[in-house]
Amino acid sequence: MRARVRLWQAGLLFLLVAGWEVSVRAGWVDAFFFSKPSDIAARVWEWFSTGEIYGHLWITLWETMLAFLIGTVLGVVLGLWLALVPTASAVLDPLIKAMNSIPRMILAPIFTLWFGLGVASKVALGVTLVFFVAFFNTYQGIKEVNPVVLANARMLGASGRQLLRHVYLPSAASWIFSSLRTSIGFAVIGAVVGEYLGSARGLGYLISQAEGVFDTTGVFAGMVVLAVFVVLLDWVVSRVEARLLVWRPTPGQEGGTL
Amino acid sequence: MDLVAVPGEFVAIVGPTGCGKSTILNIVAGLRPPAEGEVRVLGRPLKGLNRHAGYLFQADSLMPWKTALENVALGPILRGMPPREARERARHWLAKVGLRGFEDRYPHQLSGGMKKRVALAQVLILSPRILLMDEPFGALDVQTRQLMENELLRLWQEDRKTVLFVTHDLEEAIALADRVVVFSAGPASRVIGDFKIALPRPRDVAEIRLTEAFLEIHREIWGLLREEVMRAHAG
Repeated sequence: MRARVRLWQAGLLFLLVAGWEVSVRAGWVDAFFFSKPSDIAARVWEWFSTGEIYGHLWITLWETMLAFLIGTVLGVVLGLWLALVPTASAVLDPLIKAMNSIPRMILAPIFTLWFGLGVASKVALGVTLVFFVAFFNTYQGIKEVNPVVLANARMLGASGRQLLRHVYLPSAASWIFSSLRTSIGFAVIGAVVGEYLGSARGLGYLISQAEGVFDTTGVFAGMVVLAVFVVLLDWVVSRVEARLLVWRPTPGQEGGTL
Repeated sequence: MDLVAVPGEFVAIVGPTGCGKSTILNIVAGLRPPAEGEVRVLGRPLKGLNRHAGYLFQADSLMPWKTALENVALGPILRGMPPREARERARHWLAKVGLRGFEDRYPHQLSGGMKKRVALAQVLILSPRILLMDEPFGALDVQTRQLMENELLRLWQEDRKTVLFVTHDLEEAIALADRVVVFSAGPASRVIGDFKIALPRPRDVAEIRLTEAFLEIHREIWGLLREEVMRAHAG
């Protein structure tokens, strides 16, 4: 089953890439607008073999990690607070909803103004995206705590702090983790869009430079590197998730052994 | 509503659905305040959670993110016992409820009966003076259920805690308890019957159901309970 899925995936990818290459070579579509896979591959190879890409990759990774960490910590802490203190959530609810309704891209120029052209403005943009994902998931996770488990922990003698550690946080963990995978994507978006709109380094800068000179090969090559970059990050997070949530039943496993 | 349990007594509370049996337990546990009146525990009025009570819930109450061992060790750890010592004692208690070798399983890897055993060990390790049980075996199949009932009697026999056992199953109530208290149909339910069960101990819940004395008591209480069940359904 797994092998067959992999086979189909590989076949589909091959078909797509080969179709693209053939169409360009046969002259059905214009290479100026669409480039072609062989050129793109060559460009990616060139970037890595000359080492030109590493500085850009590193800066984007750094911005992504910072935005991810800061946004997640802020989101989880605030999510916990609002979920556990009903008054706070009642007061802050409209404010948070209003902030979340702002399209974040609009903030990019303002952040550049505030924080300059460097790393800080990109991180700030990423944080505004990541924060809300972490926040809403943590809030929901805490609200969904099983009341029987909670009552049981209280009867066993758990204090407020112990409830947080032994019940609320582990219970919310699966929500928080599923949010982390979305968050990584958003952190990358924040970093790349920030770079795209104004910077001197990073993958977003690379793509925007290529666009500036109508170098479609460069744009597509940048996208490929970006896609692989995000898939790798997502893989790392899902491995961490699988390790930390071993207690969670996989579907069909519920009911257990006798 | 007025209900007194003597220390060391096994009291079963029966009544039709919706008569507030579970509510009584939650009030005695201190999980919710009584609408009026008060609860006295060991002679003192109850404020906040009942520190002397252990509570065995009807639904699954184990932390799914902790192993069987961690679940049982939780109570002592929460109350300040060093984790190593708590785990050692938890191991002992798991063995006592027949789960040696299942220490590292997570709840989802255990059957319904095993989960109940872990929950029982989780409560008993704290040696509470009072044991509150809310239809704890309601979701189990008949065989597992009788096994668990005998297990419970065996463990209870060791130190005779005061037990409040809520159930809608009259046979279970008679087989286990020293006293069966019958609640009337809700709302505004009250105690309408209070029966001493003078059956000899130790008992086997499966065998005792077949004795003449058991059937005699069952007939007597059922006569009273049937009307209430009818009323609960009609209302």
